[in-house]
Amino acid sequence: MLFVSIQKKLSHFQLQAAFQIKSETVILFGPSGSGKTTILNCIAGLTDPDTGEISLDDTILFKSKKNKLPIQKRQVGYVFQDYALFPHMTVRKNIEYGAYDSLVTQQLLNLLRIHHLADKYPRQISGGEKQRVALARALATKPGVLLLDEPFSSLDEETKNECYHHLNRLKKEWKIPILLVTHDKQEAKKLGDRILSIREGKLKSLPPEAF
Amino acid sequence: MNFSPLTLSLQTAGIATLIVFLTAVPLARLISRKLFPGKSIVESLVLLPMVLPPTVVGFLLLYLFGNNGPIGKLLIEWFGIQIVFSWLGAVIAAIAVSFPLMYQSASASFANYDPQIEQAALTMGASKWKVFFTISFPLAWPGLLAGLVLTFARALGEFGATLMLAGYIPGQTDTIPLAIYFAVESGNMEAARLWVFIILALGFSSILWLNWWSKKNILRFQSEK
Repeated sequence: MLFVSIQKKLSHFQLQAAFQIKSETVILFGPSGSGKTTILNCIAGLTDPDTGEISLDDTILFKSKKNKLPIQKRQVGYVFQDYALFPHMTVRKNIEYGAYDSLVTQQLLNLLRIHHLADKYPRQISGGEKQRVALARALATKPGVLLLDEPFSSLDEETKNECYHHLNRLKKEWKIPILLVTHDKQEAKKLGDRILSIREGKLKSLPPEAF
Repeated sequence: MNFSPLTLSLQTAGIATLIVFLTAVPLARLISRKLFPGKSIVESLVLLPMVLPPTVVGFLLLYLFGNNGPIGKLLIEWFGIQIVFSWLGAVIAAIAVSFPLMYQSASASFANYDPQIEQAALTMGASKWKVFFTISFPLAWPGLLAGLVLTFARALGEFGATLMLAGYIPGQTDTIPLAIYFAVESGNMEAARLWVFIILALGFSSILWLNWWSKKNILRFQSEK
């Protein structure tokens, strides 16, 4: 279970977020600049909250700026908005980079149907394929939580639907908390078990039916 | 014909380039993405030798490394090493004038790719060293190599600061640029022409090679962003 209760001063407002995620998909829904990515970055350790606490199962990720776990030890799978694939490595090397073992690399290549791309470089594959590689790469470390930052925003409708399908399948197999940031209502409805709406740094819980 | 200027020049420039590369690259990586008070002052200091006349650089080096200078004195006392009028002086002069070139190329190269690529590697459990050697360095390499070639060429061509710090001692500190100057001075135009030709050939071929290499490689890994 992922537990988050943090405060952080951003340039125009105070970010205040408190929520828990079990093995479910929770959507962080809100307009650009509302603090969504900052929440993900705080969980991953790329930035620090001012105060608060973040923990994953029994491990404390953040308690104060002095008492926190380094990024490398947080066991967080992070899919960035622009994927941030390693451009100088093949798909296989990208996934192997942080992989738990070689078996998991092969498993993910198969699971996400990208084994035929294994020896290609990121610039040689399409947007939807990149997205799946980024997902495989994030999962290869066997993370305790998966964070996705608008992972489908640059894809066309058809590819999006295909990716939703892959993500829903993964959710069933991996059973870890998934936190997905989006500003797309349809996407939130299709993927989320629960929806947290965020505006100017304040969170509000919404049932999917309310959309 | 005495060829010591050629070997001396290559040796001086080679060692200077190596030292500059090993110091300027980590410094650039460390500073380029960080915001801290006084950053622009540090960067201005680092780049200063680029805009100063070489004689000013030479003067400052002479002050620092002279036998009574703050650093020169210690080197003599502790290690018995004298910098002034030695080939080490030529190396130090070359380092001082070429450092800004490497630093600037390296800064630009490290700023040239998406920082999220490094962050992604960190979230995948990689140590900072692993990230540097497997991500940052390879992605910056085309720019670093360009900096390396510029650094070497600049070190090879250094004249003013070298003359002030290392002087002209045939067989010891007579790098090619100095050899040219003193050949002309003494009316030995034939020797001067030869050294000019060698410097031209070295400079031209390194730039030619670099252009060819970057055309071939720079597009190879570029991330689409």
